[in-house]
Parts: sequence; C-alpha cells; structure tokens
Amino acid sequence: MIAMLNAPNVIGSYVVTLGGIALYTWRMLARGRKAARQVPRQDRPWT
Amino acid sequence: MTGFMTSPHHLPGNPPGAPAATDRAPTSTPFSRALGIAALVGIGWLVVFGLFLSPNDRVQGSAVRIMYVHVPSAWLAYLAFGVTGISSIAYLWKRTRSLAWDRLAGASAEVGVLFMGITLVSGSLWGRITWSTYWTWDARLTTTAFLFVTYIGYLAVRDLGGTHQQRAKRSAVLAVLAMMEVPLVHFSVSWWRPLHQNETVENGKLNGLMLFTLFVGLIAFTLLYVWLVLHRQRVLTLVDQVDDQGLDAAIAERRNEAVPASGGAT
Repeated sequence: MIAMLNAPNVIGSYVVTLGGIALYTWRMLARGRKAARQVPRQDRPWT
Repeated sequence: MTGFMTSPHHLPGNPPGAPAATDRAPTSTPFSRALGIAALVGIGWLVVFGLFLSPNDRVQGSAVRIMYVHVPSAWLAYLAFGVTGISSIAYLWKRTRSLAWDRLAGASAEVGVLFMGITLVSGSLWGRITWSTYWTWDARLTTTAFLFVTYIGYLAVRDLGGTHQQRAKRSAVLAVLAMMEVPLVHFSVSWWRPLHQNETVENGKLNGLMLFTLFVGLIAFTLLYVWLVLHRQRVLTLVDQVDDQGLDAAIAERRNEAVPASGGAT
C-alpha cells in the first residue's frame, strides 16, 4: 500500500496521467462530433 | 413531408446524406470500440496493480508506484514521435505521398506531446520524493523538456495555414529533423551520467509483480495510443474536409457575385 508520506505525489501522478488523457480524449471527440455535422456520412472512409 | 430535412436529427441546411446531429461517435468503428474497451480494461488493471497490489521498493518505498505511469508515458512519447517521423518520411517520399501520412504524423505528434507532458509532470512528482526537488537541469530532464518544446513547435507549424499540401510538406521536414532528438534523450542517461537513474528494466533491476505491473502499464498505454491516434487522424480527416467545403463555398460565392456584375457590364 501507499505510505501516507508519499501519497499526495503518488496519487497526484495517477490523477494527472488519467485526468490528462481523459481531458484530451473528451476534447478530441467533441471536435470530431462538431466537424462530423458538416461532413456527409459517405465521405468518411472508415465507415 | 417525411424527408430528412424535417428530421430533428439533422441540422437545417445540411445536404442530403448529411450525418445526424445526434451522431455521438462519428469516428468510431467496431474495431476502435473493441480497442477502446481493451485499453480501458488495461488502465483499470494498471491502477489496481500500480496503487494496491504491487509491493513497495526497498529503497524508494511507495514512490516506485509512479514508475508504472511515468515509464509507459515516456515509452509512448518516443513511439509517437517515431511514428510521426516515419509517417513524415513516407509523405516526403514521392512514391508514397499521401495526406493520410501527414494526418497520421500530426495525430501521433499530438498524442506524443500529451504523453511527454505526462512524463514531465509525473517525473517532477517522483523527483520531489527522491531528489527533494521538482526540477533540476540534468541531461535527461533538460533534453526531455527540449523534445517536448520541439514538438509543441511542430504542432504550431502545422497550424500556420496554407493548403493541406503546404502544411504537410513543411511539417514533414520539421518532423524528420525533430525525430533525431529522440535518441539524444534516450541515451542521455548513459552519455552524461546525470541525476536521473539508468534504465531499470534493461539492467534487470525489476522482477516479479513490479515487472508485471510495468508491462501492464506498457500494454495498456500502447493500446490507448493506437486508439487515440486512430480517432485523432479521423478527426483531422473530418476537419480537412470541412476546410475544403469552406473553400469550395467561398469560391462558389465569389463566382455568384461575379455573374451579375459581368452581366450588367455587357
């Protein structure tokens, strides 16, 4: 288990990592949704 | 009327065949969904093993748990910048020239900057425990910060404007140059003997559950990287298409403006 002395830094590193990834993912998907409203479905090569 | 224009799921003015406004995952496919679920499961495992199940280190105590996010982040940043460099070479080579390579390079660089930023922050938090300071100008930290700033510059260059081809060409040249920094960062610990520790895994200093947890982190972050890049390059494709549509619309508008003027002159 995590010793209390180091807990803020250890937990902080996980929060920064997972929080950073989550924030980036949310912003990226929001941008995709916004752009997709103006692009017909047949113009998406991956669908 | 029962046509698509009357449907509440479509924006007014969209052309026939336009996507629904409620299309919540336009860049998603069954494969990417499966990949995303696998990455999420991997990250869940990483949190459980990294924070609770793996043992404390004899020297560093619980601070070693930062390694399970710090090392995979650094590895992913290297991988991302490598992919950016290789994609850029593929774009610059005439036989394989395609904007798809440029978009892959841009997507990978952006994700690489994210992971490099995470590496720097988690490393600072680790350094505060082991070195009693958040930052020191040793060779590994300085070269890593330099690499981070270089790729932020690369992303800024991508946003300078111009056509997609102009963007692709100038950013590809920069990416190939920037890729040369990656070995400098990686080998800085053996070339300059800085405060930063040497490679732990390669030197066999880890074993058992600690090594397993580190590999869980590496696999989870690699799956996450593939998922992020896949979606990001699809978003870039959509944004490029929107830009093209805007350009076409502007040209059509100018042509329409020109028709009455020329008609009146004759």
